[in-house]
Amino acid sequence: MPIVKRKKTTKLARCIDVVVIAVAIAFVAYLLHQVNNVMVYKWHWGFLPEYILRWDEEQQSYAPNLLLKGLAMTFRLAVWSMIFASIIGVIMGIMRTSKQLFPRMVSRAYVELVRNMPPVVFIFVFYFFISSQFVPLLGIDEWSVKASPETLVVLEILLGPPELFSNVVSGVICLALFEAAYITEIVRAGIQSIGRGQFEAGDSVGLSRTQVLRWVVLPQAIQRVVPPLAGQFITLIKDSSIVSLISIQELTFLAQEVAYSTQYVFEIWLFVAAVYFCICFTLARIFAHLETKLAVYRS
Amino acid sequence: MSAQGSSSTATPIIELHGVSKHFGNFTALKNIDLTVGAGERVVVCGPSGSGKSTMIRCINRLEEHDEGSIRVNGTELTDDLSDITSVRREVGMVFQQFNLFPHLTVLQNLTLAPLKARKLPRAEALERAMQYLERVHIPEQADKYPGQLSGGQQQRVAIARSLCMQPKIMLFDEPTSALDPEMIKEVLDVMIELAEDGMTMVVVTHEMGFAKRAADSVIFMDQGEIVEAASTEDFFSSPRSERTQLFLSQILAH
Repeated sequence: MPIVKRKKTTKLARCIDVVVIAVAIAFVAYLLHQVNNVMVYKWHWGFLPEYILRWDEEQQSYAPNLLLKGLAMTFRLAVWSMIFASIIGVIMGIMRTSKQLFPRMVSRAYVELVRNMPPVVFIFVFYFFISSQFVPLLGIDEWSVKASPETLVVLEILLGPPELFSNVVSGVICLALFEAAYITEIVRAGIQSIGRGQFEAGDSVGLSRTQVLRWVVLPQAIQRVVPPLAGQFITLIKDSSIVSLISIQELTFLAQEVAYSTQYVFEIWLFVAAVYFCICFTLARIFAHLETKLAVYRS
Repeated sequence: MSAQGSSSTATPIIELHGVSKHFGNFTALKNIDLTVGAGERVVVCGPSGSGKSTMIRCINRLEEHDEGSIRVNGTELTDDLSDITSVRREVGMVFQQFNLFPHLTVLQNLTLAPLKARKLPRAEALERAMQYLERVHIPEQADKYPGQLSGGQQQRVAIARSLCMQPKIMLFDEPTSALDPEMIKEVLDVMIELAEDGMTMVVVTHEMGFAKRAADSVIFMDQGEIVEAASTEDFFSSPRSERTQLFLSQILAH
């Protein structure tokens, strides 16, 4: 009996699949029909390549143009923000599980503040009240002027063009503080998933509280939270597009510029959507693959 | 009441005076007095929920007592954390659920505390770890992870892990209760060898065979109180309290 039942459900599932796919195809065809025949829109895909790579007359070579520069900046933002967000997140996550009230209160307040605010509002508040006051204090611009040509080359790879250093730093701080709140919760969950017996075993062999955390609890907790952290990194790449609102020159911001100047709004946004999708989807596949590999290795 | 067996003249190394412990409205320990001399082996038995685990967990302050005083190895257990950490370095503990560190190999499990808490040089810590692994008869498992070992092997690693700190006292909290019957013996054998070497031991267990072979004295607890404390011989041959007699008749029935 159960075998017959299962067959029925798979058949039904297949029928539903076919219907869903048919509806999806019909919808896309309808959209294209609308655009082509009703709006009589003429697609202009030809202009795109030159906004990715342009021919530099002076250098007599190809140079990255706005969209590729934006993509590079998006990667820089994502990587740096992830590094700082992880550091802040681990510290806050530890504080979140502390036995003392004060660190618990600080990290709880931070997490609740960030998580209960729309990201866009957080970014504006941060940018206009904190970043605009704080980042100039770091003196990045004066410092980058004094830097030697060799360090500048390295810095350009790491941070992008020198004239945008403070711009990037604002973006990184902003994104890192935002994402760290989510990482804090991931780390807290990781620490709390470690059984009481591990703490007690660490205590009973005479390790101090910090040593128990450092050598017993954190290694296990971090191992457990690697998959959600990888997921958070992908989220971070997507979230990085909101810092375009404070003129951080990443992919979304520069795409907007190109869209305004060329008026090819449809093409640009479809292209940018495809780029984000490809990056995030690829990373998700890679992480999933690594996770299964790690699981095999661990068992 | 004190657990004074054959070595009643030994200097006391664990002293509990009027110790009480409450969990909310539930009284886990009621006015416990207990003295254990250096080199003495004490077995603690009693029905589940009688407070035996709570009592030995108070000795290395995994539980905090509410009233009374506890002195271990000359140090009074208070809120002073550095005092407690230094006491814990002299007091080994073996848990029912082993509680090995699953992310570390057997050898790393054994060297962690000597390296970090005792600041031993690596070579010495490794040598000591191998020495104790041999003592619990599993040197060949040194490079495996705990998850790859049987329960009995894991518990022996846990004993070796405690021994690597060269403690003056070993506490055992139902060390064989989570084991399959065929593995209980290998763990008890190790514990008997340890007892024969003169280690001070407080063992919570239902293994009366172990008590008869290795213990100087036996304590019977019920409802948070020490009902009976006697030398091993007296405890089994002529238990005074009715509750002890009932418990023994139940546990020794087969």
